[in-house]
Amino acid sequence: MIKLPDNFETFDEKRKKGFIALMEEKEKGKKVVGTFCSYTPIELILAAGAVSVSLCGNSEQGIPEAEAILPKTLCPLIKSSFGLAISDKCPYFYFSDMILAETTCDGKKKMYELLNEIKPVHVMHLPQGQNGPLSIEAWKEQIKQTAKYLGDFFNTEITEENLHNAIVERNRIRKAILKAYEVTKLVPSPVSGYELSSIIEATDFHFTDDDIVEYLETKTNQLLSNYKPLDPNKKLRPRLMLTGCPHTGVRDKIIKKVEDLGADIVVLDSCAGPRTQRILVDETKDPYEALAEKYLKINCSVMTPNDGRFEDLKAVIEEYKVDGVIEMVLFACHTFAIEAHKTKKFISEELGLPYIRIDTDFSSSDSAQIQTRLEAFLEMIS
Amino acid sequence: MFFVGIDIGSTASKVAVRGQKELEFVLPTGWNSKETAFQIKKNLFDVYGIDVTNNDVITISTGYGRVSVPYADKTVTEITCHAKGVQVMHNLKSCTIIDVGGQDTKIISIKDGNVDDFTMNDKCSAGTGKFLEIMCNRLGLTIDELFTFANKGKVLQISSMCTVFAESEIIGLMGDGNKREDIAAGVVDSVATKVKQLATRHGLRNNVILTGGLSINPIFIKILSEHLGQPIIAHEKGRFAGAIGAAVIAQK
Ligand code: SF4
Ligand code: SF4
Repeated sequence: MIKLPDNFETFDEKRKKGFIALMEEKEKGKKVVGTFCSYTPIELILAAGAVSVSLCGNSEQGIPEAEAILPKTLCPLIKSSFGLAISDKCPYFYFSDMILAETTCDGKKKMYELLNEIKPVHVMHLPQGQNGPLSIEAWKEQIKQTAKYLGDFFNTEITEENLHNAIVERNRIRKAILKAYEVTKLVPSPVSGYELSSIIEATDFHFTDDDIVEYLETKTNQLLSNYKPLDPNKKLRPRLMLTGCPHTGVRDKIIKKVEDLGADIVVLDSCAGPRTQRILVDETKDPYEALAEKYLKINCSVMTPNDGRFEDLKAVIEEYKVDGVIEMVLFACHTFAIEAHKTKKFISEELGLPYIRIDTDFSSSDSAQIQTRLEAFLEMIS
Repeated sequence: MFFVGIDIGSTASKVAVRGQKELEFVLPTGWNSKETAFQIKKNLFDVYGIDVTNNDVITISTGYGRVSVPYADKTVTEITCHAKGVQVMHNLKSCTIIDVGGQDTKIISIKDGNVDDFTMNDKCSAGTGKFLEIMCNRLGLTIDELFTFANKGKVLQISSMCTVFAESEIIGLMGDGNKREDIAAGVVDSVATKVKQLATRHGLRNNVILTGGLSINPIFIKILSEHLGQPIIAHEKGRFAGAIGAAVIAQK
């Protein structure tokens, strides 16, 4: 039976609405699969007739609950995702029929074992490197097995045709997201990084693909029509890239703050950013082969080596005319923290651009320090 | 014209004036930086006849309390101000600044007259003035005495980097009957080690300049330069680097 969580009455209005909206979808018979990472081949979920929802925690919510079980010294993203899940506070997790996850960083993959105690979790084995022997073959096999798993789970069969259609659909959405991101290629950018990230995040809450594409196209056209050439009496605001760990949990702390201080974030360079969206799935190939290729091309610090990230950084920095780079590393994210050493070298020595690294979590305790760093960084650039 | 730079730090507030008059003074920050800012305004007027509300006075505030100076015409971060101050004081185009502050320690590299990179340690009090202050209290010494003792002692390793644990470690060392000189030497060594870690991670250029309250302390300079394996340049007005920088920026 579909019912609301026991603690429903204690939620605020927004959360209540989220629950009700999703419950209505469920009552119509929608199947929901929760995901945590950009490596998840969403096409499989669509081909199984389900919708995917992203479950990444992005606030302090859930962290106290999570810390009762998980180590305190764990990445806040993992803690908050887990805490929201176990405390029934996230409608998306609550109404998910199952979770589709991958072996990415150690914290996440071990957390999935605990999550599996409350909800079925299927963990795909992602290779640790993109170019290792058999990486692509192994990943393709994982995708095939997952298709089988999803088919069995939802009592359906994922046919090549279903999968092909899902690929075409997802590519359409990717192109629409990329178009929206590309608005900031204009100089000066007609939209703040903060607003753009809210627009794109909102696609998580639209359930049909047509809705998403239409919504994105409308927004993109609106933004494009807002463009005004630079007032000759004014100085161009510095154009910055935000790279590093997924940044939805630090939108206010970093994106909003640096934009209030007088810069524009023109590239949101996370695993969901332009560099990932522009890799389409080849629609002409065997769908499994094509999916394996596309998803393994994502450049994340969980891969070793992760040299593709640097090629991406260079290309995106040039295309979006970036003046400086902020790298955000979440506490206890070892892969990004270690890789940051290379990123810094690459950005400052090879590309000759100013670089600053900010280590933080989702709390507001360090906002004064972050403000000083960002302010000093902007003074350094201008 | 008067150009006033006010650097409100966590323990001390430094003021520098440039232009028609050239002077510096320092006040303890106290618990309320707004109050301190008011006191500075009063001092400038009563003692030096400078009225910050006049049109011929331009004031820039900096430091962690920079936003608490209601009469400032502009705020600039301590990073930029330190860099500016050091450059005019030392007449250098490229150098690395180590600023050991009350609450944070920063390393700033300057290349061709501009800040090129900086690192701040502000999450934890190891390697800052705060650490020294707490240990001094524990040992019943003033800061100056701590260094005099340290200079005579043999370093007793303090292994905890965390201030709270280091404090208990010191209590233990005192209980074991160790000499105060040796413990003091351990405390200073711990600060120098932590500063060295931060500096090495950041990368040092030639011309290492020390600023902040400890920059007039020859014993700290000696110990830190031994740790870094590099000479350290200091200025008698080193603690005013941020304030002087702010005043010089106001001049532009
Ligand atoms: S940063 Fe890496 S591991 Fe984390 S969600 Fe993105 S792709 Fe997945
Ligand atoms: S931010 Fe880092 S530690 Fe956190 S989930 Fe992503 S890869 Fe793992």
